[in-house]
Amino acid sequence: MTTAPAHSKNTQIPPTLRVGARGLSDKAIAWIFIAPTMVLLLAINIFPLIWAVRLSFTSYMANLPRPLSFVGIDNYVDILTDEDVWDHFQTTAHFVISTIVLQVLIGLGLALLINHKFKGHSFWTTVILLPMMLSPAVVGNFWTLLFQPQIGPFNYFISFFTGLAPSSFTMIGSVDLAPWTIVMVNTWMWTPYVMLICLAGLRSIPDYIYEAAEVDRASSWRQFWSITLPMVMPFLMLAVLFQAIQSFEMFDMVSLLTSGGPGSTTELVSITLKRSAFEKWDTGYASALAVILFVTAFGAANIYVKVLNKVKQS
Amino acid sequence: MNDAHRPFSEPTPLARFIAGTIILAYAIITILPLLWIGLTAFKSQSDAVAYPPKLFFTPTLEGFVDLFTVQTHQTHDFIAKLPPPTTWYEKMARDNEMVIAGPSRVVERFTNSILIGFGSTFFATFLGTLAAYGFSRFRVPLKDDLLFFILSTRMMPPIAVAVPIYMMYRTIGLYDTRFGIILLYTAVNVSLAVWLLKGFIDEIPREYEEAALIDGYTRLQAFRKVVLPQAVTGIAATAIFCLIFSWNEYAFDLLLSNAEAQTMPPFIPFIIGEGGQNWPAVAAGTTLFLIPIVIFTITLRKHLLRGITFGAVRK
Repeated sequence: MTTAPAHSKNTQIPPTLRVGARGLSDKAIAWIFIAPTMVLLLAINIFPLIWAVRLSFTSYMANLPRPLSFVGIDNYVDILTDEDVWDHFQTTAHFVISTIVLQVLIGLGLALLINHKFKGHSFWTTVILLPMMLSPAVVGNFWTLLFQPQIGPFNYFISFFTGLAPSSFTMIGSVDLAPWTIVMVNTWMWTPYVMLICLAGLRSIPDYIYEAAEVDRASSWRQFWSITLPMVMPFLMLAVLFQAIQSFEMFDMVSLLTSGGPGSTTELVSITLKRSAFEKWDTGYASALAVILFVTAFGAANIYVKVLNKVKQS
Repeated sequence: MNDAHRPFSEPTPLARFIAGTIILAYAIITILPLLWIGLTAFKSQSDAVAYPPKLFFTPTLEGFVDLFTVQTHQTHDFIAKLPPPTTWYEKMARDNEMVIAGPSRVVERFTNSILIGFGSTFFATFLGTLAAYGFSRFRVPLKDDLLFFILSTRMMPPIAVAVPIYMMYRTIGLYDTRFGIILLYTAVNVSLAVWLLKGFIDEIPREYEEAALIDGYTRLQAFRKVVLPQAVTGIAATAIFCLIFSWNEYAFDLLLSNAEAQTMPPFIPFIIGEGGQNWPAVAAGTTLFLIPIVIFTITLRKHLLRGITFGAVRK
């Protein structure tokens, strides 16, 4: 470690200040400060990831003490030719797309309304924000109580508004409803997230733009399409990015709400992964699936960020 | 935003009223499920499974007693022969023909949640503050790449890395230890901590430190005595975000702990009484578990936006 304090090139302090700097050099401090974080991330994130890639080419099973036997790309072939896996990817896509559409529509709508600054808006905004701060697992668990067809309040709530008999449908047990049930709970939980980010976008629009539009006698509809929406768009896209990753990787809430059922109608890919890794102990196969998941998420996110940057520039 | 600056597009009172009504309705839909859980916590078992569901009932603490104790079902004659109950909760159990056999595991799980939550928050905030200062103030080679790398570790699906981490932990003896879980949560949280704190530290004017350096402080002294006090709010907000993550986390703890290191989220769903799920006890556990989060959300209101976007949106 160098103790030469003054002449390091890696410093942004103006030259006159360098004389005053004593003790460890800036370069040394920078590395001492950053290194522990990097070491931790390499050990807990990158090393396991590399290990997973290695395991994905083996037929290893973590519950059996057997040496690794390499099987080449067999696991990948198995996964990509398995129709069930494609089904689970489709279920996941349905889940991700439906929740995002709902979250964007409701979230943006709520943000526009809250921006009207009615009396008490700040208190009610905080109330609306609550669900996104809760534990998804605990949320999934307590919604199972609410959805109980006879003892839970949800069916009564619906029957009060629609007149359907409360015991005539089950949100969790029905093949038709269950995929929408997980969408609904996820929307309940994460719409506030989209709303909050949209609200920040709305508040970033300077008033003079609207004033100019008023002078030009632009209708409020026109103002929405040509001012509000384009200016909120970068914010909205950021929210969509975070939420897409979030729902694509969704495990805890759905696992406790429906555990993938009935049948496999709500089995998201992460649930398949958990099953093959920790119930079937098919570690090699699970690792290959994990790599596929990671590459999909990472690749899609990267493409998306490129598009986002283009939108920001225009 | 000040309404006075918006003379042209000022919403009419009617528009405001409609907006307020819709938001109010949505807020009620948001809060109803939470209120229902809060209510269920104070129901007796029979009220909790009443058909149709009961909105009005005599409140009882049975759910909380069930949550904190292990009880066995006994015959009426057996209970009659026992010495009279000495505490209110023993009496409550005996009225349901149950005998308290001892405390339940919920206290250990809560303790774990608190120890693991605060432990990982401390380490993540500590490491995050140092790294954020390093990135904020010094010219680090490949700075943007390193920062992106730190962010991208957060994009990994937890279930995907859980497989190799499980094997690694089993090999080095960290499986089902509090320290192992703390280490893992620290690694997950540190990415958020670096990004948030870098934003906060970037906002502290460099002139303060430069003045301190001229006065003869070393860099480290300037960091400790000038930067840290200025960053206290940011550090506190970051710490609360880390704590919330650790408090809420489920998947890693489920897969990497068994008994010793189990926290509340994997425990709550499996609070089971005789004859199926004991809903009042589950609701009581859920309520106690969620209250800290509600308080944190209210305290964090000003910084919420930053926290959930990794500092990308600062208002």
